[in-house]
Amino acid sequence: MTHVTRDVLSLDRLIAEVAAPTFGGTCVFLGTVRNGPDEQGVTAIEYSAYEDMVEAEFGRLLADARGRWPEARIAVRHRLGTIPVGEASIAIVAAAPHRALAFEACRYVIEGVKQRIPVWKKELRVDGSEVWVDPAGHPTAKPSHV
Amino acid sequence: MPATVRVRFFARYAELMGRSEATVSLSLPATVGDVVRRLREDFPGAGALPERPLAAVNMKHVKLDARVQDGDEVALLPPIAGG
Repeated sequence: MTHVTRDVLSLDRLIAEVAAPTFGGTCVFLGTVRNGPDEQGVTAIEYSAYEDMVEAEFGRLLADARGRWPEARIAVRHRLGTIPVGEASIAIVAAAPHRALAFEACRYVIEGVKQRIPVWKKELRVDGSEVWVDPAGHPTAKPSHV
Repeated sequence: MPATVRVRFFARYAELMGRSEATVSLSLPATVGDVVRRLREDFPGAGALPERPLAAVNMKHVKLDARVQDGDEVALLPPIAGG
């Protein structure tokens, strides 16, 4: 199982991976590239990663989640490469017999991604500048070439 | 006892170092912090790295006081920004 891709994310595929007749709730989280009021003309984000460790750490994170919610099934993909504004960079699908478990498991995984999965992003802006983003989601003070 | 570790750099750290990896030799026992100190001594770009970066050894997050062994892969990780 690979947890990274350079292709457009397919929710249908992820939902199919976790679907089961005994599951009454499926929670989907999509993280998308944005250009909101706090960004400065972002056109895309370039995602890079320590890919071997991403796979290993996703394995550990999902094992942790399965330990907490053994009844749930969880699928996750992180997209790498240059992703335009509006497209998804990560998709998490958690299915469980009841909705509460599905929501909890899905939230656990995305929060774990933010803390543990070695992925980095560089904003590509309309003025041609490129800026690394810090973990709080804000650009670093210095441009990337400094 | 001498040891050689492979050190990998990613994202902004790779830009600061001007390279994506380096080889560091040092005497055992040694820690990840020792590897960082050696890098800062031996590589000009390493002075711009934080003194206490996030780190991994053999693809597991570790603290800087974690021991390294001959043949380990040490990674210095910029603040994680996935998702």
